[in-house]
Amino acid sequence: MRTQSVSNKKKPVSDIVLDVFTVIFLALVVIICVYPFWNIFIVSINDATDAIRGGLYFLPRKLSFASYADILSRSTFMHSILVTLARTAIGTPLAVLVTTALAYVLSRKDLLFKKPITLLFIFTMYFGGGLVPYYMVLKNLGMLDSFIVFIFPNLVSVYNMILVRNYIEGMPEALFEAAKIDGANDLVVFFKLVIPLSKPIIMTIALFVAIMHWNSWFDAYLYTNSQNLKTMQSILVEILNQYQTTGANQAANRTGQGITPDSIRMAATMVATIPIIMVYPFIQKYFVKGIMLGSVKS
Amino acid sequence: MKNAVPAAAKPKKSVKERFWEQRYLFLLLLPSLVWVILICYAPMTGLYMAFINYTPKGNGYFADLASSQFVAFDWFQYFFSTDFLIIMRNTLATSLLTLLFSFPLPIILAICLNEVKSAGMKKFVQTASYLPYFISWVIAANIFITFLSADGVINHLLMAIGLTDEQILFFQKGPYFWWIIAIANAWKVLGYNAIIYLAAVSGISQDMYEAADVDGATRVQKIWYITLPALKPTIMVLLILAIGGVLNTGFEQQLLMANDSILNYSDVLDTYAYRYGLKNGMYSYGTAVGLFKSVVSFILVMGANSLSKKFDDDNTALF
Repeated sequence: MRTQSVSNKKKPVSDIVLDVFTVIFLALVVIICVYPFWNIFIVSINDATDAIRGGLYFLPRKLSFASYADILSRSTFMHSILVTLARTAIGTPLAVLVTTALAYVLSRKDLLFKKPITLLFIFTMYFGGGLVPYYMVLKNLGMLDSFIVFIFPNLVSVYNMILVRNYIEGMPEALFEAAKIDGANDLVVFFKLVIPLSKPIIMTIALFVAIMHWNSWFDAYLYTNSQNLKTMQSILVEILNQYQTTGANQAANRTGQGITPDSIRMAATMVATIPIIMVYPFIQKYFVKGIMLGSVKS
Repeated sequence: MKNAVPAAAKPKKSVKERFWEQRYLFLLLLPSLVWVILICYAPMTGLYMAFINYTPKGNGYFADLASSQFVAFDWFQYFFSTDFLIIMRNTLATSLLTLLFSFPLPIILAICLNEVKSAGMKKFVQTASYLPYFISWVIAANIFITFLSADGVINHLLMAIGLTDEQILFFQKGPYFWWIIAIANAWKVLGYNAIIYLAAVSGISQDMYEAADVDGATRVQKIWYITLPALKPTIMVLLILAIGGVLNTGFEQQLLMANDSILNYSDVLDTYAYRYGLKNGMYSYGTAVGLFKSVVSFILVMGANSLSKKFDDDNTALF
């Protein structure tokens, strides 16, 4: 680019303006998307009493991990991490299996009642009963205040199903015919052929589902009461609500040994965020692929 | 021999025979079928609650449904004659302000990213831009509440550059809340939406740019005359779909960031239905408000969908 502009003629003014604009815009995007996390992080590892003085913008002033030590020693918080891990570890493979099976069935051209069955699922993307009837149904199914309320309602995502179905429909037909000739039934085809061959898209939706499980709080908040079913995010909501009702300044006055309610909130936020950032390199590889697949035909 | 009939002349199989042949497919379908019936369609029968005065008497849900008084459209009339205007104002204000940010910014981001020559730089910015998409609304709300607090980063920044002399209490002023939600919504989806535009940009033929180079076009001209027109179908489709989803202005974000002092500004259809229907126990009223939203949304989305088909024949429409 540079050699070109030297050899041809001077860069037009409009291009210089464009370059400057691009640099400023992209720098702002990076700052706005990353800095909040950095700020929360440095406040969370700074001594809480010192943090009240304010002015923490780029680096911590006085390192202290007291807030983390405190939050991680609370049994309610640790237990909520276990609940979150459990729902993610159990919910993700089950959801992927059920969703992929549905995608495979709906991808079959010869499926009996293919149109009405497909419509039955697609329709749910556009119309629903709403929150109150849904709550009533969960109540009548006896799912309220039980671990299954985290798993069963999340078994299928029609959007994810469409991603997988499109992927399977893109596979060569001959593959399935060959398996049929070899005498494989549909179950064998699904488990031995479709699942292994759909690995990239399965990984994509597995990540979507896992992140959904990790991030959800509303189901734990509304559909469960018992303390031992609280997920990490819903504990974080409780901490946030306390902060909003008492206010930061008031909370700061009750400073103890290098921790404040505020610093606890920061540390808890980081504990919930760090795992996401750690799996981020994997996520983004599959993520971009997933959106591309989805935007082609959904 | 049983299979004496040649394959070409095979008589059409009965539904029963075909079903038996596909029994394993239906076995694979079974869990999803149970799911869709219990999780999606069973709640739709509960919409009946919107037309009765549902009062739980402890005889079980269906018995209570049957014994409750039928009130026809009373709940809807009640909604239209009381809080309808204020709730619609909040819903539309939040939604349109969200559009104001979340619509043009991803286009600008995609075009800027396309101007970056270094692949590493491009990837870095992109990776940073969709980080907010992956974190929960709980964490996002935590961040916004922290940054916008009385002695938060934003207030310090505004005071440092002299835009304000005293701390602004962002969460105490009603209309500010619409802007906060709009910016938070845009912040979360900026990078995600930019990917869709980037995909469209990468589909533009390089020949066009090369031809423009021969004609001595500047880069700004190339953006204006090649890139933007090429993005037009994508832009139109996404805009129409956004208008179709105008009532879906969020739920978690309002629930997490609002407080009682600004309820008149923060309450949107979804949070209103939730508050009355579940928190205050007015089940039928909450259902009615929810049903109103579902029906209007459905009509809007269907309308948007058929409109977007007109703009794009390449299958980008939803059905």
